[in-house]
Amino acid sequence: MDTLLLSRIQFGANISFHILFPTITIALGWVLLFFKLRFKATGDMKWMESYRFWVKVFALSFAMGVVSGITMSFQFGTNWPGFMETVGNIAGPLLAYEVMTAFFLEAVFLGIMLFGFSRVPSWLHTTATFLVAFGTTMSAFWILVLNSWMHTPAGFEMRDGVAFATDWWAIIFNPSMPYRLVHMLLASGLTVAFLLAGISAFRYVIGDKCESVRATLRTGIAIGALLIPIQIFAGDMHGLNTLEHQPAKVAAMEGNWETGPNVPLLLFAVPDQENRTNHFEIGIPNGASLILKHKAEGVVPGLNDFIEEDGTIMHPRVAPVFYSFRVMVGIGMLMLVMSWAAFWYSRKKRGGVDGLPKPLLYGLVAMSFSGWIATLAGWYTTEIGRQPWLVTGVMDTASAVADVPAPLVASTLIAYLVIYAALMFAYIGAIFYMARKAARGESIKPRVPSSGGAAVSIPAE
Amino acid sequence: MNLFGDPAVWLPLVFAGLMGLSILIYVVLDGFDLGVGVLFPFAEDDEKDRMIASIGPFWDANETWLVLAIGLLLVAFPSAHGAILTALYLPVAIMLIGLILRGVAFEFRVKAPIKHKASWNNAFFIGSMMTSLSQGFMLGMYIMGLEYTWATFAFACVTAVFLTVGYSFIGACWLILKTEKQLQLKSVKWAKGGIWGLVLGLGAISLASPLVSPRIFEKWFSFPEAILLAPLPIMSALLVGLLWIALRKLPTKDDSWAWFPFVCSIVLFTLSFFGLAYSFYPYVVPEQITIYEAASAPESLFIILVGTVFVLPTIIGYTVLAYTVFRGKATELTYD
Repeated sequence: MDTLLLSRIQFGANISFHILFPTITIALGWVLLFFKLRFKATGDMKWMESYRFWVKVFALSFAMGVVSGITMSFQFGTNWPGFMETVGNIAGPLLAYEVMTAFFLEAVFLGIMLFGFSRVPSWLHTTATFLVAFGTTMSAFWILVLNSWMHTPAGFEMRDGVAFATDWWAIIFNPSMPYRLVHMLLASGLTVAFLLAGISAFRYVIGDKCESVRATLRTGIAIGALLIPIQIFAGDMHGLNTLEHQPAKVAAMEGNWETGPNVPLLLFAVPDQENRTNHFEIGIPNGASLILKHKAEGVVPGLNDFIEEDGTIMHPRVAPVFYSFRVMVGIGMLMLVMSWAAFWYSRKKRGGVDGLPKPLLYGLVAMSFSGWIATLAGWYTTEIGRQPWLVTGVMDTASAVADVPAPLVASTLIAYLVIYAALMFAYIGAIFYMARKAARGESIKPRVPSSGGAAVSIPAE
Repeated sequence: MNLFGDPAVWLPLVFAGLMGLSILIYVVLDGFDLGVGVLFPFAEDDEKDRMIASIGPFWDANETWLVLAIGLLLVAFPSAHGAILTALYLPVAIMLIGLILRGVAFEFRVKAPIKHKASWNNAFFIGSMMTSLSQGFMLGMYIMGLEYTWATFAFACVTAVFLTVGYSFIGACWLILKTEKQLQLKSVKWAKGGIWGLVLGLGAISLASPLVSPRIFEKWFSFPEAILLAPLPIMSALLVGLLWIALRKLPTKDDSWAWFPFVCSIVLFTLSFFGLAYSFYPYVVPEQITIYEAASAPESLFIILVGTVFVLPTIIGYTVLAYTVFRGKATELTYD
């Protein structure tokens, strides 16, 4: 393999590993704030117990996110120096604002949020929780601004092969940014909803039916049931936005080779890029035309439009985009069915979460990390779908890669992959271990909330 | 924008200053928590918990200064960023893996099953070592102009060891401030052991950099610079002397002066940093690219500067808040 492909795999591996953890912390921060505010409003200890358990998950996820994020900030330079040399004038300030307005905010107040409960007044602890949640969301905002700009660049001009900013407003609010930001924030919300529901369901089925578990289980189900229809709608809007700005990506998502009307919605197919056709197609007639153009005769762009005179292919590889899109949509549909069913079965009239049938509970446990898979599949769709461009129409990926010997990239890649696999194993293991431990009642003991002093101190294990 | 003359002249200088400030703050802050990690194997099990507790609320934010420093290099001097990081590809990768290991070990050692705690303690130590050694190695290579020969490689290995000892020294000073009783006694002993490494390290760098670069030699040893700069080495020597006296007397009965070694070592790190910065100015890649050649477009730098002027004091403000909240001796770290 050459340096370019290895570097792409390395960056892809790093960013895939990294995004898992912000996806959790972005929404979990707000959920923790919700728990804290409910506790302040009701004085009910179940909310504080929920806070205590989930803040540990937050701390663990945050640490994973920080260390993998630091890795990424270095890899711009070690593997992709051409990126910053060409578009550094635009990417630079956006990244700088991310670090300054978001990263520090979350990192500094995290300490107070985690360990400050008995050291600072309650309002300051609540404020710290808010600032951490706000910081993670701001972080997502800046990163998605930059990422969206790479998909749909605006507000700049090229001078001697280097991009110069002409209109910061247009750069920040570039055409795909609002859609991508909303889509990602909702993805984070759904990931956390199913994590909350899944881990709580796990504690419930192993016999931990305390008030706190019931509360978090219901919270997870409710957030999931509320967000998934909004996400389906937002995803559809994002798709239409992509159709307008990156038609080649949509053509790959639909597996559509020839531009034309009455394009079916393919539920399954095996795209064959060599022969430029699909095998084993199963589709809904006119489906893609209906979704993308809202009428059966709607013309959907085809991949064959994106071949230049000299035969250079200017569209992404079809199979990965095609399949990951279907994985994302499939999990979305599963989420819709599961969360609505769970919501229905756990309604007040049926006795709350006790009304949930066993299979549904086990299903929720199985879907604890389903948000991760959907999020990754979605990112693969959009990022592989951007190829061969690094910044659409401005620079291609190959021109940014560093001149580092391939064996060096390969050896560090292997080291990263080994570490990431081990950490992933440890992370999921630790979460279920914490859940089992909490279920045995080892760390959550009843105690009087106070601003310190009299509170029984429980070591952080 | 033209208030101070040509922005293409003063903006790169301002950003070099900001980047330098971030690196200095990073070296001091993450220096002490990396140092605590380096000292880990010398401590008993219960002492390890207390050592972690002394840095637990801070390490996240400490590492953020590294992100800011590398971010400023990235955004203000993009071509230098690429040149430096591709030249340091392997040590950077080792540092990153080290940072990953120690960062997650913080969490896993208390959240994973208790039987794995010893392994995560090892991961914390190994991660801290990898990070410190590779940072020292990079410092050495940077001083040597990023050229790989046997001699520069050997020098970088030497700085790798000395920076690690330096970190363990400032880590021990932090522990003197934050701990009591047996552990504090031990920390004093560690600091006494570390101070020689620090002196040797500073000496090696001060001797080697003028020898490698005639330009740096010229900057330090011509008249009147030699006189004007004399306070820098003299103050450093004085500080080392004071530190040595203080370490012999510590800990005092009422725990007064426990802050003294830590503050001294901050000043010492700062002085050395200024020495280095003076040597290398105006180069960002030694002897190859100056900050003026590497700088981004003034309009991009300006928009970052506007934000920085407002945000940096805020960051420093709430960093101070966090250190104030968790001031005093480290107690058991709890989520309550």
